[in-house]
Amino acid sequence: MADQATFAEAAMPMMDSLYSAAMRMTRNPADAEDLVQETYLKAYRGYGGFEEGTNLKAWLYRILTNTYINTYRAKKRRPDETDLDEVEDLYLYRRLGGLEAAQVGRSAEDELMDWFTEDEVKTAVEDLPEQFRVAVLLADVEGFAYKEIAEILDIPIGTVMSRLHRGRSRLQRSLYEFALSRGLADEDTDLDAPPRRQPERTR
Amino acid sequence: MRTPTSTLLPAANPNAPADPDDSTMDDCTDALHELYTYIDGELTDGKRAVITEHLNACGECFEAFDFQAELRQVVAHKCRDEVPDALKARIGQLLEDEV
Repeated sequence: MADQATFAEAAMPMMDSLYSAAMRMTRNPADAEDLVQETYLKAYRGYGGFEEGTNLKAWLYRILTNTYINTYRAKKRRPDETDLDEVEDLYLYRRLGGLEAAQVGRSAEDELMDWFTEDEVKTAVEDLPEQFRVAVLLADVEGFAYKEIAEILDIPIGTVMSRLHRGRSRLQRSLYEFALSRGLADEDTDLDAPPRRQPERTR
Repeated sequence: MRTPTSTLLPAANPNAPADPDDSTMDDCTDALHELYTYIDGELTDGKRAVITEHLNACGECFEAFDFQAELRQVVAHKCRDEVPDALKARIGQLLEDEV
């Protein structure tokens, strides 16, 4: 049983991370602030029930997620988008991977990091239907293991994997839209062709 | 210069000549099936070793996996917000008031 006196010291350093998740969930700073505040108050009051030595961050995320689902989501309820259309694997790689491979003299990793702005990546995540968005946040941004995500969301591991898979595919499609709109890729990218390479340089 | 091929594209072109090495094709399909479990570090050591061995041998799969792993880092890196100082102070105060 955890001692409330130690709560602030243990939990306050995780606030940036919880706030980031709250921003992606609620998609606005005012609701994100309320959500984080409510999460910390609930966590403090329930801290006696937290088993010391177990994963505090996962426990806080469980409270954050449940609070979000029970409070904020109810406000603007939308139908579950379980019939999210299928997006192929390697969606973005097949369209942009060749561009990356064609870059010489610069690290490929830097390229990909530079392709998309912070706003674009955040928007792409925030545009995901809720259940996919939360799964992607917990895995990709917070680095939780499948088992931890399953416990945070109270769903089977298989469901975690399928939400992640579909969320990530869908995310790649949004990012590709940004790439298109900025002229990083052409509309007529032939999907049956190998990943694009840059056109031959002409003199 | 590396020439990406369509090994990773299932049935990209039905008229294309058969892959000379069907076992390679199967390995690619098997590897791709574990794309996310691999980059998420969720495979058993044994299964992980099998995929790693394939990635070491297959440039196309390596590049695809590498791209996907990088993309995961991009998402992790670009979705950070700093909690406003005022909120941090407010929550700190609220917790003290609870005592």
